[in-house]
Amino acid sequence: MTARADLVSHRESMPESRRRSALRRKEAIVGYLFILPALIGLILFYVLPTLRAAQISMTSWNLMRPAKWVGFENYTKLWADGQFWDSMWITLLYVMYNIPVQTALGLLIAVLADRLAKSVTFRAVIIAPYLISNVVAGLVWLLMLDPLIGVTNSFLGLIGIGPQAFLSSPDQSLVSVAAISIWRHVGFTALLFYAGLQSIPRDLYEAARLDGASEFAMFRLITLPLLRPVLVFVLVTSVVGSFQIFDVIAVTTQGGPADSTRAVLWYIYENAFKFSRMGYASAMSMVLFVILILVTLLQMRLLRGDQSDLG
Amino acid sequence: MLRTMTPQKAAGYAVLAVICTVSLLPIWMAFKTAITFPSDVFSTADQLGMDRWTFGNFPRVLGLPSSVEPPASSGAPINFMIALRNSIIYTGLLVTGQLFFSSMAAYAFARLRFPGRDTIFYAIIAATMIPSIVLFIPNFVLVRQLGLLNSFAGMVAPSILMLPFAVFFLRQFFLTTPKELEEAARLDGLHWFQVYWHIALPLQRGPMATLAILLSIQAWNDFFWPFLVGQGEGTQVMAVALANFQSQSGQGQPDWTGLMAAVMLSIIPVLFLLIFFGRRIVESLQTSGMK
Repeated sequence: MTARADLVSHRESMPESRRRSALRRKEAIVGYLFILPALIGLILFYVLPTLRAAQISMTSWNLMRPAKWVGFENYTKLWADGQFWDSMWITLLYVMYNIPVQTALGLLIAVLADRLAKSVTFRAVIIAPYLISNVVAGLVWLLMLDPLIGVTNSFLGLIGIGPQAFLSSPDQSLVSVAAISIWRHVGFTALLFYAGLQSIPRDLYEAARLDGASEFAMFRLITLPLLRPVLVFVLVTSVVGSFQIFDVIAVTTQGGPADSTRAVLWYIYENAFKFSRMGYASAMSMVLFVILILVTLLQMRLLRGDQSDLG
Repeated sequence: MLRTMTPQKAAGYAVLAVICTVSLLPIWMAFKTAITFPSDVFSTADQLGMDRWTFGNFPRVLGLPSSVEPPASSGAPINFMIALRNSIIYTGLLVTGQLFFSSMAAYAFARLRFPGRDTIFYAIIAATMIPSIVLFIPNFVLVRQLGLLNSFAGMVAPSILMLPFAVFFLRQFFLTTPKELEEAARLDGLHWFQVYWHIALPLQRGPMATLAILLSIQAWNDFFWPFLVGQGEGTQVMAVALANFQSQSGQGQPDWTGLMAAVMLSIIPVLFLLIFFGRRIVESLQTSGMK
């Protein structure tokens, strides 16, 4: 009790500015202590590994012998590696199958739900596939698309389409993998659009309706422009995400048949963890990193992601 | 406005009904296969329902005595009991750590003033841009050098201390809560940590619970990293065990009933969360996304 009173009187005797700066310093120290675990996590598992990946990419290293410095050799090798560019092409095709369908379908579901099904149950149903893992989604669809016992062929049979090989056909495997991803993600995309729709002022539609605007005109002139911030977010995150398709391929096709689903992450994974080419795999991962940054910047530029139409 | 059923509306409802069916049918088919007798798989393949069913595949994949014989073609059995235990340990450890460390960081980013605060926060957000594969190779090397391959420590290390999404999510909530109560507690002589632990954190019980659910689902579903560093039987989580179970069957027909029973074991906890906390999950995903 007395000690505390002493402290207070001591503090009061200090000039106001010094007292304040001492408090500030103490607050700063406490602040650093609070973020210390997160900061260690950031540095140890994000910042340093990124630098380390750049460093490993300049070496030839199989984990057994010490890494040998090779400069940019991995990058020149990569430039001439047809398989790497094939895997980039397969990834790009996958993204082009995946994103337009997922985005358009998500938008359609969101608009319909906004008009016809505002209950949380509907949203819980469409989000269910997103909450189960990619691995499980892949396995469940392995069953659904199985040429022998899958029901997908039974349904196709009902509308007069003969049995398809899906994942075991080099021509259909990539589309099938894309379809599985669409199944898992479209509900989440729809949910984000649905949230965006809730923030559009309703009287805009009332006014447009009074002016005799059609449903489609309202969608094009009100909904789409005002949804653009959400659209940018959805497109940027889903494009970057689908460039990194891995889990579904790992449990369904493992890059096959005939390398038809060997997307870039699968190719990097094989190099790093099957053939122990750590340097080469790191070089490829760095190139992918740069490509993803460029793709993101390009999207932001094209979609004018930093501007708003409300204003 | 008249509530009439126009043809457009009817078409809209039809589309929504198809969407719901497509969402749930694969999960139903997985469940149906999980409760099918292994000998009935081919004869009942194109039926949506079944004449007879059994729960015997579940004890079978859990390594317990079962009335159902495994199909002859299946390879060495994988014990999903251990995988289930591993998934629970992995998820529990990871989520507890993430909640604790991320809420502490989020609190500091929202409330305390220190040089470089915003820069560090933006660095954390920027870290989400780094593709996982760029980090996985050096992180794998590090975990291997530390001798932590096939250990829970190695599996949780990269994301237990800092998860950008968790920090971002909680910071928002701390920022939108009035700080008067905390300031009063400070004047009463409580230390910063006591203010955080006894005043600020209890006020965020709701967001913390939501975050716990989202992080648990995410950790439960983790695949790539545990697949790289946790292949041993003692650490192999459900997702990894499922992938291994499938790849064991090679080109032949897998043990479908066993595989789908294991798939259901991995789905059921998540479906329970969705059924009991549906509104919370839907509304939080809706406003914040999940990464």
